[in-house]
Amino acid sequence: MKRSIVCRCEDISEEDVIHAIEEGYTDIEELRKKLRIGMGPCQGRVCIQLVARILEKKTGKKVAHIPLPTVRPPLVPVSLGTLACEKDEK
Amino acid sequence: MKSKADVVIIGGGVNGCSLAYHLAKKGFDVVLVEKKYLSSGATGACGAGIRQQWSTKENASLAIQSVKIFEQLSKELGQDIEFRQGGYLIAVHDEKEMKQAEKNVAMQRSLGLKVDILKPEEITDVVPILDVKGMSAIGATFCPTDGHANPFKTTFAYADAARKCGATIYTHTMVTDMKITKKIIRAVVTDKGSIKTSVVVNAAGIDSKSIAEMVNVKLPLTPFRKEIMATERLQPLFEAMVISFKDGIYFSQQKEGQIVGGIPIPEEKSGYKTMPTFTFLQHMAQTLTRYAPVLKHVNLLRHWTGFYDVTPDARPILGEVKEVKGFIQCNGFSGHGFMISPMVSNILTELIVKGKKSDVLENLSLERFKGKKIEKELSVVG
Repeated sequence: MKRSIVCRCEDISEEDVIHAIEEGYTDIEELRKKLRIGMGPCQGRVCIQLVARILEKKTGKKVAHIPLPTVRPPLVPVSLGTLACEKDEK
Repeated sequence: MKSKADVVIIGGGVNGCSLAYHLAKKGFDVVLVEKKYLSSGATGACGAGIRQQWSTKENASLAIQSVKIFEQLSKELGQDIEFRQGGYLIAVHDEKEMKQAEKNVAMQRSLGLKVDILKPEEITDVVPILDVKGMSAIGATFCPTDGHANPFKTTFAYADAARKCGATIYTHTMVTDMKITKKIIRAVVTDKGSIKTSVVVNAAGIDSKSIAEMVNVKLPLTPFRKEIMATERLQPLFEAMVISFKDGIYFSQQKEGQIVGGIPIPEEKSGYKTMPTFTFLQHMAQTLTRYAPVLKHVNLLRHWTGFYDVTPDARPILGEVKEVKGFIQCNGFSGHGFMISPMVSNILTELIVKGKKSDVLENLSLERFKGKKIEKELSVVG
């Protein structure tokens, strides 16, 4: 069966997103919490725009009016060991 | 928008949605109003833990009974809420903490809970990645039936079940006022219209205070900003939630494999500021790698902010207030609203459906702050 992947980090397909929207999860934050889109290492760089387009297609709400989910720092993965370093450590 | 309802619930977190489900199941015409989206407040930012090891009898008893409900909740709601019982390991660092732990364990056992005091060498039997010396533990308490569940999925499952029972849920709808006459609730006014009702439940998390002010009821709630982080996914390493009251740290490994945890920021003041801080990241990383050195190789993916709505005794405010008939509180959870939500909604359902009062409602009423001596919950983390 052909399956279009929307979120590579969490292995979520276009069908999964459409199904969730049809179940009533029409807010991008709700979709995020329901499907874990944007919670992986890429933090939504790959999937969020695609999800917004699917939302536009399904709900008629324009992409420009769909707010991006809250940005969660750090923007790229950082090891706990690095974060635990004191400021003056090399 | 509906123009009237038996009950209007303000707030679409786990407690609001759970209550909506229980009341709708009893045949009540329920409307739930949420300012943003479901689980957008404290529920959505929560650390997912479900703990029965508390210092006050009320909290312990509410949590024990809640766990019994959590155990069969996926089945009841027809959706997997990812409830898992890996236990809670509470580190004990000194003699003073050990005395309190012994007192807590005795009380918890009197309520029928299985909970043990572990020797230092037994700690790694439960969580192998811990460094007992690094965390400077002289022991721990462990309750194997504590655990965690997915707060979003629990909230969504309650909301879906509530809708199936006939409840109406309006998201992105803001309450702007409440109408009262002769100290009786008459209507809730929102930005999308007003709803006539005689019962309003204030389950609005940190916004509960401003909701209550609309009818001149003062709630002693203070918002405390809390930060949480999540790492990348790993193979299963441990099942228990690890916490320490002294260091304030808590962390566990979730179903998908990520480690989720938090710690208070040193010298953090109360307030509504939301941006996560680097101070948290550094403090969390330092403490976490001290507890479990192997985690220094693990990547942190993201961190976020949530709020504790804290009362002076760190216990929730539940039940009808004396000042306004029909105005019911369901707030002030002080960081443990998710884990006791099944019992909270049971108690409030009994109150709303049958007018049933109980000792718990008496002890957790707003009235307790008026002059009487309060018993503070000591076992608060994060």
